[in-house]
Amino acid sequence: MNQPSHHIPEELIQAYVCGMLPHAYSVVVAAHISVCDECRTRMETLEAVGGAAVDTLAPIALSDSFKDRVMGLLDAEMPVMEKPKPKGIFPGPIMAELDGSPPRWRSLGGGIRQQVLNEGEDGTLRLIYIPSGMAVPEHSHRGMELTMVLQGSYNDVEGEFKAGDVEVAAEVTNHTPIAGPGEPCICVTATDAPLRFSAWLPRLLQPVFRI
Amino acid sequence: MVSRDPAVRQERMSSNSRLSDQVSAQTLWLIAVRDRRDRAAFARLFDHFAPRIKAMLMRSGLRDGASEDVVQDVMLTVWKKAAQFDPHRAEASAWIYRIARNRQIDLARREKRPVPDELAEPSEVQQDAGQIVALDQEARRLREALDRLTPDQTAIIEKAFLGELTHSEISRETGLPLGTIKSRIRLGLDRLRHELKDLRKE
Repeated sequence: MNQPSHHIPEELIQAYVCGMLPHAYSVVVAAHISVCDECRTRMETLEAVGGAAVDTLAPIALSDSFKDRVMGLLDAEMPVMEKPKPKGIFPGPIMAELDGSPPRWRSLGGGIRQQVLNEGEDGTLRLIYIPSGMAVPEHSHRGMELTMVLQGSYNDVEGEFKAGDVEVAAEVTNHTPIAGPGEPCICVTATDAPLRFSAWLPRLLQPVFRI
Repeated sequence: MVSRDPAVRQERMSSNSRLSDQVSAQTLWLIAVRDRRDRAAFARLFDHFAPRIKAMLMRSGLRDGASEDVVQDVMLTVWKKAAQFDPHRAEASAWIYRIARNRQIDLARREKRPVPDELAEPSEVQQDAGQIVALDQEARRLREALDRLTPDQTAIIEKAFLGELTHSEISRETGLPLGTIKSRIRLGLDRLRHELKDLRKE
């Protein structure tokens, strides 16, 4: 994959490194960093700040024999949680959300499909599939929308977004992404709450599809 | 992990001797753990980091006993995953910080923390002592820059990087006083980026 040209905003990388970013958004950040050298370096720089902060902390004494216990466990078998590997267009963090399986798409009509990967109080994560030339129904959304293109491309008022690129849309944005020519556009997107569509038909469908 | 290729191992050893007087002790210990499964070096890493990670965990509200359970997990992970440590990209404290914060977040959340895919394992990469030394120097300058912050600024940094993990804090905490720090390490960043490009080409 070519290196992306649209990146994660600094404050989101910072919130990610500090552990203050909700899960859905963290998945998109981690997926983008998987394919983006620049954002990886920015993450590592912030981790260096975290490391320096740890170094300057006043140590707190450990209990007696704690060290001996840990040293004694070095050869013990430790259950290793295998990290999900990237597969096809999906970076490891997305494969983790898919539990290692291919997407289970649900049709939204007009060739558009989605799969909700995760839904919580502080955000929803979904995959969206848009056939070439199709538009995602015009929508606004509550909170910030963070989108990463996994395959193909789309265009909206902010420009062209290709595989690896991310876009942040503010709450007020009323945007209509249109999938580019060639392969269908597949995106992963994090939102704060169910999207609110501006067109009447999709709004009726919203409770049904939870988009 | 000890490289199976004797030539790589030989190259490593001579390169490591060049590092010994120029790179932080912690990073050298971690390299020794990675390349030789050196228990004495691990014990030194433990003495330095375990009590500080405990301090970090207790700041976010864990009690004494519970925090030591997590410290144990973190230090054993350092031992098991040392093969993934790449001193071209991180010094020991940054790498261990990532492990500790990951573990802390996994415990605090319902979902496992998403982490980016790893780059190629460093054992497959030719070691470049110059790059490792340069990164270490940048990290030293970063510490100097942190030392010059006002107590208020230091408190904000510590709260963000070492404190509790609450989402509601994002908007207020994003204005971290990182300006000076960033300008201090910009050079290092450029170097890192080039390094990364070279790695990708191989």
